[in-house]
Amino acid sequence: MAFKTEPVTINLGPQHPSTHGVFRLKVTFDGEQIVDAEPVIGYMHRGTEKLAEERSYVQIVTLTDRLDWVSSMTNNLAYVRTVEKLANIDVPIRARYLRVLCSELQRIASHLIATGFLMQELGTFGGTPLMYCFREREKILDMFEMLCGARITLSYMRPGGLVQDAPPEFWERLKIFQKEMPGYVDELESLISDNEVVLARTKNVGILSDRVAVDSSVTGPMLRASGVRWDLRKADPYEVYNSLHFEIPIGSVGDTFDRYFVRINEIRESIKIINQVVEQIPTGPIRTEIPYFFKPPIGNAYTSVEAPKGELGFYLVSDGGISPYRCHIRSPSFINLTVLKDLLVGSTMADLIVVFGSIDIVMGEVDR
Amino acid sequence: MNINNFQNIINSLIPGLPTWLVFITSAILISFIVINAVVITGALTVWLERRLLARIQSRLGPNRWGPFGLFTPVADLIKMIGKEDTVPATADKKIFNLAPIVLLVPVLLVFAVIPMSNNSFLGQLNIGILFIVGVTGFNTLAVFMAAWSSRNKYALFGAMRGVAMLLSYEVPMALSIISIVLTTNFLLNIDGSNLSALSLVGIVQAQKIPFFILQPLGALIFVTAASAEMSRAPFDMIESESELGAGYHTEYSGIKFAIFQLTEFLAPVATAAIISVMFAGGIKGLSFIPGSVILVVKIFVIVLIFIWIRATWPRLRVDQIMNFAWKFLLPLSVINIFSQAIILQIFYSSDSIITINELWTIAFINWILAGISIFLLAKLFGHKGRDKNIPIPSKLANMEFTSE
Repeated sequence: MAFKTEPVTINLGPQHPSTHGVFRLKVTFDGEQIVDAEPVIGYMHRGTEKLAEERSYVQIVTLTDRLDWVSSMTNNLAYVRTVEKLANIDVPIRARYLRVLCSELQRIASHLIATGFLMQELGTFGGTPLMYCFREREKILDMFEMLCGARITLSYMRPGGLVQDAPPEFWERLKIFQKEMPGYVDELESLISDNEVVLARTKNVGILSDRVAVDSSVTGPMLRASGVRWDLRKADPYEVYNSLHFEIPIGSVGDTFDRYFVRINEIRESIKIINQVVEQIPTGPIRTEIPYFFKPPIGNAYTSVEAPKGELGFYLVSDGGISPYRCHIRSPSFINLTVLKDLLVGSTMADLIVVFGSIDIVMGEVDR
Repeated sequence: MNINNFQNIINSLIPGLPTWLVFITSAILISFIVINAVVITGALTVWLERRLLARIQSRLGPNRWGPFGLFTPVADLIKMIGKEDTVPATADKKIFNLAPIVLLVPVLLVFAVIPMSNNSFLGQLNIGILFIVGVTGFNTLAVFMAAWSSRNKYALFGAMRGVAMLLSYEVPMALSIISIVLTTNFLLNIDGSNLSALSLVGIVQAQKIPFFILQPLGALIFVTAASAEMSRAPFDMIESESELGAGYHTEYSGIKFAIFQLTEFLAPVATAAIISVMFAGGIKGLSFIPGSVILVVKIFVIVLIFIWIRATWPRLRVDQIMNFAWKFLLPLSVINIFSQAIILQIFYSSDSIITINELWTIAFINWILAGISIFLLAKLFGHKGRDKNIPIPSKLANMEFTSE
């Protein structure tokens, strides 16, 4: 007797425990096999780009906090660098070092969240690795609180420098952090990297070839996991990355495990960078004063930084007024998400969640 | 706790009752006590599991209500009962309402045959093991009833996976039970005991040394298959909360959901009870401590191990779970049965008796055998581990960094 079967369409989200926010995925299954996947985004559209046209250049910094809310520092950095390029503002050297320090701390925090949630989606009950990751992230957030009083929406950077210098207790806490963190990464890795079940679930799952990755302009750890050595910190060094020594970890095949492993290795590299910054940082002013009614000259500028999730770029057009004429955001989460269908078709339901988790998106940045 | 004691008490309180009435009254009384004790144990397990998971995850866990948060399950239950009991409009209402009961009752029935003392009444049921295998088989049906009747795609996905998994894992579980029964039969025959090798009291009686020492392979297979049977991590396919929302009980709420939760937390207790009777010597242990206390301690030690496993292991994919059952556990259990039969026959036929010393020798042989067979099967079917080679950079957009 022949069975008559037909594909089932399941609506994953917008309310689903592992969609990282309000993301909707219409998936068609043939049994457990995925035959089609159609992402639906826009549930969290807040019009950041349009709002920016109504704000002054300094006020826009607070909008950028809310793009990718687990890495506000790098969002701030990408924006203020664009303004500085637009108006040719010089930034004091101490501020540059502090900016690098903050963005590397933020990279560690963001990668910890990505790793923790990937493990959560692999099904460790209650997310034991997730809790471990959050424990360490708390320490970074505490340090950010010392810097600027906020933990998530930081707004620490300004066009021309930083809000304020780091207090003495920040350096003490940072010293403890530098000492503890490498051991902690080892601990996390010993829990995950050689686990038989993790390997079985992530090896050769959701393979992204280097050709597809480059063609769809995927950036960040996702691109590097596919074996492409591309990192803006090396390719187009900004701030003081020129004077710092670090490696760029890459993966071999571009599967889910490589994406996890590249992130873990990037945490190690970030710790190296932090150590060097603490040694090299000079004393001096941390801000170039800009006029209260700041009006950059007519023109346009685009700069990008290596955010934890990839290349985060801002494109600003100035008409000489106090607010930009146009502000465009090139957000890594959105562009990395475009390869989702290529990764999913042919895999199974259980892989869907893991692959989606390994892309590491934040919906605030996808929908802007 | 024995039914004869109850009958005596009732007879002395109200003399002159017919025997059948006394029997039924005492049976109802004893099952009332057992069921309540089991449900309270379940509630305590909820608390224990949440506290222990929290400690493993470096959190505090529930600690507000009562000493150490002991009353948290009560608060949970009050909340659950207070919630609206919704039934989806498209659901098949009769089956939808019946499913939680079909799931809960077998778990409670298991406790009927667990020998809490030497002269336990139902523990001497001469087909106790078959009773347990038969009764626990019901959970497959209940899961499917719940999912199919609630007309939910997520629930159906969960149940389809779950049923396939539950059916597969019953095979190695039953096969590992056979090797236990085989050994019990040998040892009881030698003792000249008139107990059935299929009764749990008989199995406890036969354990001169605990069976998990005598038959490590059988114990391992049984524990693995049993944790799949109660669908706990790393085999929590039916629920897989990160993929399917809540799996088969997605549409349930209120008191029905509470029953599902209760069953979920009772299942480890029931399984631990079976394991402690079959493999850890049940009520045997130190002679100056009452047998029931020893049994409870053993049950909770095994529950702790289950919680530990749950806290640290990710979930396997459904095809990997099936592969594991058919390619790994099934060959292992076949090896186990044949090796046990051969070894026991060799030791028995030499002088028609198996002494304690000979049992230790058998245990030693079995440990070596278990190690070798697991190693070989893992070599054959296992994952090869991650390669530690340095990856080669792709030629696309590769930056030639000067090494500093």
